[in-house]
Amino acid sequence: MSASTHHHGHVDQESIYHDAVWHEHNSHEPANQHDHHDTFFSKYIFSMDHKMIAKQFLVSGIVWAVIGGLLSALFRIQLGYPDEHFAFLQTLLGHWAPDGKIDPQFYLALVTMHGTIMVFFVLTGGLSGTFSNFLIPLQIGARDMASPMLNMLSYWFFFLSSMVMLSSFFVASGPASAGWTVYPPLSALPEAVKGSGAGQSLWLISIAFFIISSLLGGINYITTILNLRTKGMSMARMPLTIWSFFITAILGLLSFPVLLSAALLLIFDRSIGTSFYLNEIYIGGRAILDQTGGSSILYQHLFWFLGHPEVYIVILPAMGIVSEVLSVNARKPIFGYKAMIGSLLAIGGLSFIVWAHHMFVSGMNPFVGSIFVVLTLIIAVPSAVKVFNWLATLWRGNIRFTPAMLFAIGFVSLFISGGLTGLFLGNSTIDIELTKTYFVVAHFHIVMGVAAFFGLFAGVYHWFPKMFGRHMNSTLAYVHFFVTFIGSYLIFWPMHYQGMAGLPRWYYNHNSYESFSHLGDLSKFISTVAVIVFICQVFFIINFFWSMYKGRKVTEANPWEATTLEWTTDEILPIHGNWAGDIPTVYRWPYDYSKDDREFIPQTEPAREGEHVV
Amino acid sequence: MTTFLIVGIVVLLIAIIVRIAKTSEMVSVVKGTKETMEENSKTFAYIFLGFMFVFFGGIAWSLMKYKSHFLPESASVHGVWIDNIFNLTLAVTGLVFVLTQVALFYFLFKYRQRKNAKAYYYPENHKLEMWWTIIPAIFMTVLVVTGLFYWYKITGPAPEDAMVIEVTGKQFNWIARYPGKDGVMGKRDYSLINDNNIIGMDWNDNAGKDDIIPTELHFVKGKPTKIIIRSRDVMHNFDLPHFRVKMDAVPGIPTTFWFTPKYTTEEMRKVTGNPKFNYELACAQICGQSHYAMKMAVKVETQEEFNAWIGGQQSYYTTVMPAAAPAPVAVDTTAKAESKKAGI
Repeated sequence: MSASTHHHGHVDQESIYHDAVWHEHNSHEPANQHDHHDTFFSKYIFSMDHKMIAKQFLVSGIVWAVIGGLLSALFRIQLGYPDEHFAFLQTLLGHWAPDGKIDPQFYLALVTMHGTIMVFFVLTGGLSGTFSNFLIPLQIGARDMASPMLNMLSYWFFFLSSMVMLSSFFVASGPASAGWTVYPPLSALPEAVKGSGAGQSLWLISIAFFIISSLLGGINYITTILNLRTKGMSMARMPLTIWSFFITAILGLLSFPVLLSAALLLIFDRSIGTSFYLNEIYIGGRAILDQTGGSSILYQHLFWFLGHPEVYIVILPAMGIVSEVLSVNARKPIFGYKAMIGSLLAIGGLSFIVWAHHMFVSGMNPFVGSIFVVLTLIIAVPSAVKVFNWLATLWRGNIRFTPAMLFAIGFVSLFISGGLTGLFLGNSTIDIELTKTYFVVAHFHIVMGVAAFFGLFAGVYHWFPKMFGRHMNSTLAYVHFFVTFIGSYLIFWPMHYQGMAGLPRWYYNHNSYESFSHLGDLSKFISTVAVIVFICQVFFIINFFWSMYKGRKVTEANPWEATTLEWTTDEILPIHGNWAGDIPTVYRWPYDYSKDDREFIPQTEPAREGEHVV
Repeated sequence: MTTFLIVGIVVLLIAIIVRIAKTSEMVSVVKGTKETMEENSKTFAYIFLGFMFVFFGGIAWSLMKYKSHFLPESASVHGVWIDNIFNLTLAVTGLVFVLTQVALFYFLFKYRQRKNAKAYYYPENHKLEMWWTIIPAIFMTVLVVTGLFYWYKITGPAPEDAMVIEVTGKQFNWIARYPGKDGVMGKRDYSLINDNNIIGMDWNDNAGKDDIIPTELHFVKGKPTKIIIRSRDVMHNFDLPHFRVKMDAVPGIPTTFWFTPKYTTEEMRKVTGNPKFNYELACAQICGQSHYAMKMAVKVETQEEFNAWIGGQQSYYTTVMPAAAPAPVAVDTTAKAESKKAGI
C-alpha cells in the first residue's frame, strides 16, 4: 500500500467517526477547540469527555474505598477485641453499637456492605470504570468513546446506584446483612435478619442500577475497541491494558444480565409472594408459604454465574495495568505478548464454566462437582503462564522502581500467593475442609482483593501525570506501598492459619466454641494490623488530592519514556478530543523497549528500513 | 483522654511523614528526578531482597509457632484422605511459591536500574512458554486425579449398615433426630411445625413415635454414620471441623454426608493432648444474628456406651406429650388419622 492510500484511509476512518460524534468538526479540529463553551456542569458534572468520566469513576471509587475500608476496620475491631467496649463506636454508630460494642446483626451488615462496596463499587466501578474510560480512547488513538453519551450515562447510573446503596445505611432496620452474595432465604426474609428488610430492597435496587451502568459502559468499551482504533492499530498491536479491558467488558456484558435476573426473581420472592428460591420455611412462628418447590440453590447458580466471572472482571484490568507498568519500568517488552493475550482469552472463557466451585458442599451432585474441579484447575494453567511471563519480563531488565512499578511488583507477589491457595479450594476434596473458613477469606482477599487494589494503585501512580498534568509525591507513595504490601501479608497470611484451624467465616466472635477460642491472639494481631494499614491509606489520599492541585508540574509529555499513544498527545494534559491535530498513526506494537540500542520506540514511529516490526 | 492522645500522635506522625516526603521531593528535583531514581534503585533492590528473607523467615517461624493451632489429626477415616491431599497440594504449591517468589525478588535485586545499563530485548521464546504451560498442566492433572479419586470415595453411597441420623438446622441451633428401637425415622412435614413439634413430626406415622431428639450428637467409633441434613428456615451448614465434614443445610432439599468416626472423644483427648477436648458441631453458613453461636455438643463413644446413652433417652413424642399414656395415644392417633382420611 502506498503512503497516500494510507493517508486517505486514515481520513476516511476519522471523518466517519466524526460524523457520529462531533457533527460539525472536521478531522483536524477536535471538539472543544471553539464553540463548546464549557460550563462547570458540562465540564465536571455531565461531562462526555472520557477522561473526565474516568476521573469521576476514580474519585467515586476512592470515596467508596474509604467507606469500604472503614467498615472493615470497624468489624475487625469487634473480631480482634470481642470483649471490649469502645466509646467511640457508640458515638459513630449510635444504636448499632450500644455501650460501644457492635451489635451482632450490624456486624453482619458491616461484613455484607464491605464486600458489596469493595467488589462492585471499588474494584469494578472504580478500577474498570476509571481505566477503561481513561485508557481505551487514548491508547487506541480515538478522540473519545464510540458513544460519549452512553458513557456519561454509565457514570450517572453508577452514581445513582451508589446513592441508593449509601442510603441503605440510614434505614431503621439497617443495610443488607446476608453476606455480599445475599443468598436467600436469609436475604428474602426480614424475619431472618433485620437487614433483609428495607436495606435488602435498596441493595437490590442499587445493584440493578449498577448492572445498567456496567452494561452501558461495557458495550461502549467493546464498540470503541472494535471500531475506533486508529490507522495501524491492529488488534495484535493493542497494549495489554486494552486487551484486558476488552475481555473484561465482554465478561461483564455476558454475565451481569444473569445477576439482574437473579436479583429480579429475589425481588419477586420478597415482595409478590413467589417462591423461586423459597421452600418449606418455618420462621417467626409460622410457615411462610403455602406452596412448596422453590430452590435456594437455584439462586446460587444464577449468582455465581455472574459471581465467578465477576472476580475476573475485577482482576483482568489489574493484570492488564500490571503488564503495562512492568514492561515500561523493566524497559523490556512484555514477555510472550501473544501468550499473554491467549491466557487472557482462556481465563475469560473458562471463567464462565467454573462457577459451581463455590458450591461443592451445597448438596450438588458429586459428578457435577467433579466437572467443575477439572475446569477450575484448568484455569490455573493460563494463570501460571501469566506469572511466568511477568517474571520473564523482569529477567535481564533495567528495572526502575517507580511507585507504579512497586505496586505492579507487589501485585505479582500477591497474585502468586493468592493464586496458589486457589489450588486447595478448587479441589473439591480439600474444599470440604476449607470452604467457608478463613482460608477462603485469605485466598480471595489476597488474589482478587488486595491484588486488584495494587493494580488500581499501580494505574493511578502511573497515569496520574496524564490525568492531572502533575506528579504525585514519590516518597509518600513509597511509604504507602511498603506499609500496604507488608501489612497485607500480615493481615491475610495468618487468616490461612485460622482457616486451617477450621474457623468459619461470618462469625461475630469465636469464643463460644472450644474449638476456636484459642485463635483470639491471631484475630487480635490481624485486627491491629488492619487498622494500621487502613489509617496509612491516608498517605495515598493526601498525596492524590494534594498532588491534583499542588503537585509538581509535569514538564515532559512522556515522563516514563513509554511507547503507547497516550503519551503522544500534543498537550501534556490532553484536550477533549485528545489530539489537537491529526490522531496518530501506529506503525508497531507497543513493546519496543530497549530494541536495537534504542531506549524505547513509540508506536507512532514508522519502521526503519529493514527493521522487523510486530 | 488516651483516645485523644493516640489520635494526636497519629496525626502528628502523618504530618511529619508528609513533611519529609515534600522535602525529599524538593531535594530530588534539585538533583534531577532521574538521577534520584537511579540512586534509589540500589536501596529498593536491597529492601526487596531483605523483604524476601524476612518473608520466608516469617512464614517458617509462624508455621512452627501456630502449627499447634491447626485442626488436629482427622477424627474420621475420610478426613485422613483430605489431609493427605492437602499435604500433597501444600508440597506442590509450596515449591512453586518459593521458586517464583525467589525469582521475583532476585530479579528485582539483580536487574535493578544501573547507570548506562541496557535491558535485553527478549520478546518471546515459544519453547520456554510451551514448557511452562505443560509443566503446570501436569501438576494440575496429578492434583485433579488424586483429588477426584477421593472425592468419589467420600461422596459415594454410604454403606448399607450405616447408622442414620437426621440433623435439622434452624435459627440458631441444631436439632438431631435418631430413629428409635424400630430403626426407622417417622415422617415429617414442615407445615406441622410448631413449638411443641419442632421439626414437624407426623404423629399419624407410628414409626416416628419412638424417634429421639436428644440435645447432643453421639456417634459410634468405627461405625459408618450417615447424616441427613435439613433446614427449617434459612441456609445453614453442618460443619464438623474435626471430622472434615461440611454440608449445606438447605430448606426443602435434604442433603447427606456420611463418614466414619475414628477416635472416641476420650481417645481424641489423648491425640490432642488436651484433657478437656470435645468435638463440636458448628454452623458454617451465614444464617443471621447468632450464626456465631449455633453449635451443638458432639460425642464419639464405643457401641456399648452409645447403646447405654440412647437407651436412657426418652422419645420426643413422650417429651412433648407428657400427659399421653402410650395406650390411649395409639387410639387417639388412629382416630385422628381416620378422620383426616375421611376428610380427604
